[in-house]
Amino acid sequence: MIDRVAVRHDLERVPLAPPSTTSGLLEAFRRRYLLRLMVRREIQARYARSLFGLAWSYINPTVRFFTFYFVFGIVIGRGMGVENFAIHLFAGMVLVHYFTETVTSGTRSLLSNKGVVQKMAVPRELFPLASMLVSLYHTIPQLVILTIACLATGWTHPDLIGFAAALLGFVLIMVFSTALGLMFSVFNVLLRDFGRIVQTFMNMVPFAVPMMYPYELITERFGTGTIHTIYMGNPVAEAVLLIQRGFWWTTTDEVYTENFPDDLWQRGFIMLGVCLVLLAFAQWVFARLEGRVPELLT
Amino acid sequence: MSVTSIVVDNATKEFSLQYSRTLKKMMMAKMRRQQISDSFLALDGVSFEVEQGESIGLMGLNGSGKSTLLKLVSGVMKPDSGTVLTRGRISGLIATGAGFHQQLTGRENIYMNAAILGMSEQETDEKFDDIAAFADVGRFMDTPVGNYSSGMFARLGFSVAVHVDCDIFIADEVLAVGDRPFKKKCLARMQEIRESGITLFYVSHAAGSVKKMCDRVIVLDSGRVGYDGDVEEGIKYLHYDGPDDEPDAEEDLDEELASDI
Repeated sequence: MIDRVAVRHDLERVPLAPPSTTSGLLEAFRRRYLLRLMVRREIQARYARSLFGLAWSYINPTVRFFTFYFVFGIVIGRGMGVENFAIHLFAGMVLVHYFTETVTSGTRSLLSNKGVVQKMAVPRELFPLASMLVSLYHTIPQLVILTIACLATGWTHPDLIGFAAALLGFVLIMVFSTALGLMFSVFNVLLRDFGRIVQTFMNMVPFAVPMMYPYELITERFGTGTIHTIYMGNPVAEAVLLIQRGFWWTTTDEVYTENFPDDLWQRGFIMLGVCLVLLAFAQWVFARLEGRVPELLT
Repeated sequence: MSVTSIVVDNATKEFSLQYSRTLKKMMMAKMRRQQISDSFLALDGVSFEVEQGESIGLMGLNGSGKSTLLKLVSGVMKPDSGTVLTRGRISGLIATGAGFHQQLTGRENIYMNAAILGMSEQETDEKFDDIAAFADVGRFMDTPVGNYSSGMFARLGFSVAVHVDCDIFIADEVLAVGDRPFKKKCLARMQEIRESGITLFYVSHAAGSVKKMCDRVIVLDSGRVGYDGDVEEGIKYLHYDGPDDEPDAEEDLDEELASDI
């Protein structure tokens, strides 16, 4: 009688293992169901007790879009001669918004789930990962708006290569923002100031990518020297160019070769490699520090 | 046939206490040559082994490291040094009440909690009615758990945990909340768990239910194993058996409950 469970589960073949063992981010594949529930929960929770609910994920970017469009497109100078400037801007905003949302909510993810983190054994990488997926979900309405805008201006030559470029841009942001979210979530537990530091940097991101101004402006001012290298060292800048190749460039009549670097694709793939390495590094940092997370979550 | 279920070997867990939270306060403390932080050993070289199917009563005064030990065994925390090994699936409750999300309804929390404990969607669907019936929160099932009374909250958590098909069950002061009928139900259910051969790790201050429920007692004494062995002896070791100055009403109830099972 005593060994009923042991026999049923064939425990003799189950190895003794540390109960906290996880395979890190890979755990997401093994525990897809849990991840799905977490994503669904966070989508619900983000707009809990709010009247407009999901509409907020349309309202916020729309208002921001009109503000930027008014300032940069109309006040400062009719889009600086860029054809379909609104689409140039909005295409970039989709990715920038996705990026900042993922990083800010990822940074908070361990803190806002502290009830679970303190009491139950979960692979804790799932929390920032879920934040990334929730933000991805919220870019869908923006992509819809973007597509409608493209069609409305007369989408003259959409091409598969362009969509592939946009996809690469998305993948870049997914990997990069997950890496940052993962690292920052632990840092934020160790030191709460970190969330504020992140917020400050996130405010810079929209200005550090070529969406309110054309890429041409950067090469004109700085050539292709050190400053250009630093500027393009930002994966978000590269991703924005890629999505513009997919959406904005295919709507224009002029060719605008000067608005993209010649080696856009090479840069994209190299950057993806860099981001994957960063993700592996983030996982390593996370694994080293997460042990102290439950005791510091007060 | 016997299989080891839990091996704890020389496990140590240290917590740091920070006295000064901000940079300014840290500087001030430095100037006054005060200590900024300190550490204390919540667990200090704890070692023991548990066979599959044993039921262990973990006892000790407040702050002796019981909850920390449970967190190591359940995998919430890792030991700073030493090893903790377990075999099979673990379920249970730590510090009464699982990690629930306040805004989610009881139903959603059941699914969430079950998933964290490793149950599949299908498994949860199958067991949902049993879980709901055991928790017995009635029409509150579809309202956010933030509105629950503390008893209902604990009931829901316990209910999910006991329905997991686990090999090790951890119960931390389950009887601290919950009204009498529920306590009775809990103890009966834990008895079933014990009889099915699941390793039971039961934390309690109540000598009566430990006597009834466990076949071995481990007493923690400021982070060390003070006693490990026979139940009666363990309770004597803690002086929980002697006449108290104040008769403990809870204890009487506990004795009574224990004898009901």
